Amino acid sequence: MLTNYGYCDGSGNYFITIDTDKCNACGACVEACPGKIFKVVDEDPNDPMNEDPTAIVVHEKKNKLNYECGPCKPSGDNPPTPPCVVACKKGAMSHSW
Amino acid sequence: MVEGKKQEFWRWAETNWVDPDIRWEGAEFITLGIDVGSVSSQAVIMVDGKMYAWGNMRTGSNSPNSARNALKFALEKTTLTEDKVHYCIGTGYGRVNVPMGDRTVTEIACHARGANFFYGSTVRTVLDVGGQDIKAIRCDEKGKVINFLMNDKCAAGTGRGMEVFSDLLSVPIGEVGERSYQIETEPLAVSSTCVVYAKSEATGLLRKGLSTNEVLAAYCSAMADRIYSLLERIGVEPEFAITGGMAKNKGVIGRLTKKMGLEPLKTSWDTQLAGAAGAALFGYALCHKGRGRK
Repeated sequence: MLTNYGYCDGSGNYFITIDTDKCNACGACVEACPGKIFKVVDEDPNDPMNEDPTAIVVHEKKNKLNYECGPCKPSGDNPPTPPCVVACKKGAMSHSW
Repeated sequence: MVEGKKQEFWRWAETNWVDPDIRWEGAEFITLGIDVGSVSSQAVIMVDGKMYAWGNMRTGSNSPNSARNALKFALEKTTLTEDKVHYCIGTGYGRVNVPMGDRTVTEIACHARGANFFYGSTVRTVLDVGGQDIKAIRCDEKGKVINFLMNDKCAAGTGRGMEVFSDLLSVPIGEVGERSYQIETEPLAVSSTCVVYAKSEATGLLRKGLSTNEVLAAYCSAMADRIYSLLERIGVEPEFAITGGMAKNKGVIGRLTKKMGLEPLKTSWDTQLAGAAGAALFGYALCHKGRGRK
C-alpha cells in the first residue's frame, strides 16, 4: 500500500510516501531523519487485516512536514536526495518535492 | 427583529434505521462500528456481516458521549442491547475516545471497506469528503487500500465549510446543491477555498450584486476544484465513488463530475455511514479470523 502522509495547502504539496509492501520495518529511516518524523509500528494502522510491522510518519509531525523536512530539502548545499530516501535500502520512501 | 428561535440553516436531519427482517437472536457475530467524526457520529450494527441497524447524529463537544449517543440512537428501534455485541471497532477522528471500542481502525481503511460494501467490488477510487478533512483512496476489489492521501491540515473544501456557507447565506444545507444550479450563467469560482477568506469574499460578491444562488455556485465550484486537485494526486481509476456527507450535495458533486468526466456510482445507503459500516465489517472479519474479543 502507498501511504501518503502530509497535506497540500496554499504554499504547495508536502507528502511523504511510504510503500508498505516494500518497507521491511528495518528502522533505518527513523535513525536517518534529523526531524524524528518516522516511527516503526507493529501493525499498519491503515490495514487492520495485515500483521506486518511497518514505518509510519508520526501523527504529530504529519501536518508540519513543510517545516520538519525543510532542513533536508534538496537545495543549496543539501544533497539532491534527502537522508531518509538514501537510508531506505528497499526504495520504499519517496517525497513530493 | 422577529422573536423566536433562530433558524439553524446548517443543521441536517439526524436519522436512525433498522432492518425489520433481520433476526439477531442466534447470530454468530454481532459487530458494531462507531465512527466519531469531527462533525457527525455514526453507529452501525451488523449481524453476521449484514446491515442491521444504524444511527447518524451530530458529534457533540464530548467524544465518548457522542459515541454513546450514536449507539443509543442506533439501538432505539431495535430489541438488541449493547451487551449482546461481540465486537466493537471505533474509527474516525475521535476513535481513541470510543469507550466501548475493542480496538480502533483508521478511517481510511474503514471508508474503503465501507465503500466496497455500499457500491460493490468494482469500486477502485473512493473520495470521502468529511466534516473537516478530505480523503482520497484507491482500493482493490476486496476494499483493501492500495494508495491513499488524507488532507486534514485545513477544513477548506469540506463539510463544515459548506455548513458555514449555508448559514451565511441563510440557505438550508439540504437545498444548497439544488439552488446552486438555479442560475443563468455560472459565476467564477471563489478564489480561495479557505473558509474564512471565502466567507469574506462571498460577502463582497453579495455586495457587488450577485444573487445568493450565484454565490453558492461560486463556492461549490471552488470546492470541486480543491477536491479535484487532491484526487489528481493519487490518480483516478474507475469505478469512482463518493462517501461522506458531501456526496449528498449535488452542487459540488455535479461540478466535480463535470471536471473529471467520470460519473460517480450511486447507492441507496446513507453515504455518511460508510466509515462506521466499514468498521463493523472489519469487526466481523476479525471475529472470523479468531482475532475477536478474548
